[in-house]
Amino acid sequence: MSILGTRVLRTEDPKFLTSGGVYTEDVVDDRLDGACHVFFVRSPLAHARINSVDVSAALEAPGVVAVYTGADLADLAPIPPSAAGLINTEMQQRLLATDKTRFVGEPVAAVVTEHPYQGEDAIELVSVDYEALPAVLGFDPSDDSLLYEAAGTNVAGYWGDASSLNPELFDGCEVVVKETIINQRVAPAPMETRAAAAVWGEDGRLTAWIPNQGAQGTKAELAKLLGIDESLVRVITPDVGGAFGAKFGADPEHVVTAWVARRLGRPARWTETRYENLIAMTHGRAQQHTVTIGGSRDGNVQAYRLEIVQDAGAYPRIGAVLPMLTILMTTGPYDIPKAESVAKVVVTTTTPIGAYRGAGRPEATAAIERAIDLFAAEIGADPADVRRKNLLAPFTEPHRTAFGALYDTGDYVAALDKALDAAGYAELRKEQAQRRASGDIRQLGIGVASYVEITGMGDGEGTPPQENATVEVHPDGTATILTGTSPHGQGHATAWAMIASEELGIPIDKITLKWGDTDLIPEGGGTGGSRSLQQGGAAVQQAAQELIELARLRAAAQLEANAADLVFDKSRSAFNVAGDPDASVPLTQLAENERLLIRTVFSQPGATFPFGTHVAVVEVDTETGKTSLRRVITVDDAGTILNPLLAEGQRHGGIGQGAAQAFLEEVVYDEDGNPLTTSFADYPIVSATEVPSFELADMATPTTYNPLGAKGIGEAGSIGSTPAVQNAVVDAVAHLGVRHIDMPVTSRRVWQALQAAQPGSEQ
Amino acid sequence: MTQIELTVNGEKRSDEVEPRLLLVHYLREVLGLRAANVGCDTTSCGACTVLLDGKSVKSCTVLAVQASGHEVTTAEGLSADGELHPVQAAFRQNHGLQCGFCTPGMVMAAVGLLSENPHPTETQVREGLEGNLCRCTGYHNIIRAVLAAADAEQTSTTGTDAEVAA
Repeated sequence: MSILGTRVLRTEDPKFLTSGGVYTEDVVDDRLDGACHVFFVRSPLAHARINSVDVSAALEAPGVVAVYTGADLADLAPIPPSAAGLINTEMQQRLLATDKTRFVGEPVAAVVTEHPYQGEDAIELVSVDYEALPAVLGFDPSDDSLLYEAAGTNVAGYWGDASSLNPELFDGCEVVVKETIINQRVAPAPMETRAAAAVWGEDGRLTAWIPNQGAQGTKAELAKLLGIDESLVRVITPDVGGAFGAKFGADPEHVVTAWVARRLGRPARWTETRYENLIAMTHGRAQQHTVTIGGSRDGNVQAYRLEIVQDAGAYPRIGAVLPMLTILMTTGPYDIPKAESVAKVVVTTTTPIGAYRGAGRPEATAAIERAIDLFAAEIGADPADVRRKNLLAPFTEPHRTAFGALYDTGDYVAALDKALDAAGYAELRKEQAQRRASGDIRQLGIGVASYVEITGMGDGEGTPPQENATVEVHPDGTATILTGTSPHGQGHATAWAMIASEELGIPIDKITLKWGDTDLIPEGGGTGGSRSLQQGGAAVQQAAQELIELARLRAAAQLEANAADLVFDKSRSAFNVAGDPDASVPLTQLAENERLLIRTVFSQPGATFPFGTHVAVVEVDTETGKTSLRRVITVDDAGTILNPLLAEGQRHGGIGQGAAQAFLEEVVYDEDGNPLTTSFADYPIVSATEVPSFELADMATPTTYNPLGAKGIGEAGSIGSTPAVQNAVVDAVAHLGVRHIDMPVTSRRVWQALQAAQPGSEQ
Repeated sequence: MTQIELTVNGEKRSDEVEPRLLLVHYLREVLGLRAANVGCDTTSCGACTVLLDGKSVKSCTVLAVQASGHEVTTAEGLSADGELHPVQAAFRQNHGLQCGFCTPGMVMAAVGLLSENPHPTETQVREGLEGNLCRCTGYHNIIRAVLAAADAEQTSTTGTDAEVAA
């Protein structure tokens, strides 16, 4: 029986459960003996001119080795904005702020001490003379206060041309609905914060341990920002305690830690506190959507427009690029004859925005799924029926959208109906009707969200999506896999071993996976964008198959047989001559005289497009506005499933995070740009009491783009659940006159919406 | 510096520590027991949870000197002879961990919970683990793991009915 498709328990678990993972802060290595500790003095003001920095008192404090300011790093180039050519090139970030600070939490100075506790004390002694400037906040910041005087504007750039929008787009529509929706800023908040450990060898090379999602990308960025050749950098990836898109590349603090190690000629370590993590690690989302949707009274959607404003935060990094993906996925799974989408990117005096689970696609789904519900409410139709009426028909040949996305395979109506069946949709609507009729204070809300998303994208520069793998069989019966992907909870060690085991006939507990050391694996795309299995896993399969063919030639020579007459018996991991089981040679023996090893690159024709439908059921207390999430039922079709246990885990996690955005989580700033959500006591990160157990229904429409038939599953949960939960809360109080509530749909927001909707209210 | 004497994972320890040293830093930096992690500054996340005299505590909010004279158990000391403790085994069986950062604390909190309430309902497990945050699992499989561990415990203490039935 094939091991593929079975619920194999994770081989990596025993370590995590007993001695614990070895995260960057846990790394014990001779090279790091005697390391000093780096702490950052961070701006307490959202926007300020720096007149001077006085480090004299800090230098006198116990254990202080050195204190550095931006002036000390003058030789290092600033970080340029993302999306060169589209984003204003004046919007650059110094590694330590020099003339200005642009968000609360921006690093201004680095204090280096012998012991961590000394560093926490000493950063208080650095005195910075700030001249406060007005904060710049919101999606329509004026240019009265400029983050970058040289840029002359707080608009960083545009995706698409707003002046080209068609004024006649909605002509002929019987019903047109328009709404402005906030897709709020949230914190990725991986349980492991950011960290680094760095040491320079006598050979002039840097070795850096950094929690990341792709060591090769981190190496490239470190080298670029340090101004050295990539060959002089080795990145080692310890265990990584969650990332969710926010641990790609290298941040200023990583670079400064490496720089400090070079400057002092001794190893240096840095671990941020949760406070620092919540104000200085990139945030996610932060888009404003103006949706306009038009169609016929009988429910055909004929036109849709999405106008996006992306708040990129203080420095336009990955956040500035997110609208590209939102625009690409504008119409989602729907067949809408006319659609258009444009985006404006602004800078504000807030934490920079980066990727967060889904990165641009959840925003597109949230926008259209609210729009569909607004349209359904306007024509008095069941939102599930409106979806069924407008979803693309099933297709097996790739479908090109008006925005250029090429959907590989899909059956969106089937996913919708499966989810509705699993939820008992008709019964739920009956119960809702009863509660409405009886005036129950606990109203039932049912939210539906259908989605399609893009996973495993290429680099956007024409190179097809690809990943490398190396598979080696050793004479002792074990095997080693090297991968360019970078697990941080996804279970690659188990999954990649399953794939290799299937080809080689070697048990998974004898297969070791290695990743994340750039000297061992110089190339790789890391793990993100739900790409790993479809490309990294497929590469392992391809390498293992090529290895068998290499071994076949050796076996033919050894058995003095024709290679074509040899059969590989997986049950014994050995070749034998067809019809003659006694003429046999095991794989291990073929590795004895010469290494039995294959490195290969798997290329995929394009990105894949998983899809599904989520149904959320909530109870809303109409007296207090409190929402209780009762059920989440999902169909997430990610093609063929390699290990259901792992796929379900990815779905659960995504559903939890996505639901949390809908009704709990938000990064909040006050009017002066002070962050108010700077600890887990203030940032309402979802806990076990706020979500139910999830109900998953299975559906698998394989892709033809890789032999595994697999699409990405890492982000689907967070894409479908957010609008499903939001729609459910609005649905619960729709009969009381509420049309829309922005996320997070907190008790206060629901209560306010109910007050505003009461007869006699001015709104 | 202050002298402390305590038992950690069954071993007697005697150390001189700074009075402000947190128990979690004592465990991690002095003893090299790094399963317990620090995930926040506000006693919110529970990644540092250990047992103090059998009760779960957040070791970031206990001073090492407060643990003097007491018994501390960490994830490293939960199982003997390389076997997984029933709660650890249930976490593996139910895929109750992904990145693993919250896991040692989550497991210790679950052990503490089950020692106080050996047969909790799902709601009681969720409430009992509210102070332990996980960003990967959506809690679904963690809850299943703890309920399964409780069932396993029940089976092993109430005889072999289940085995006979099976």
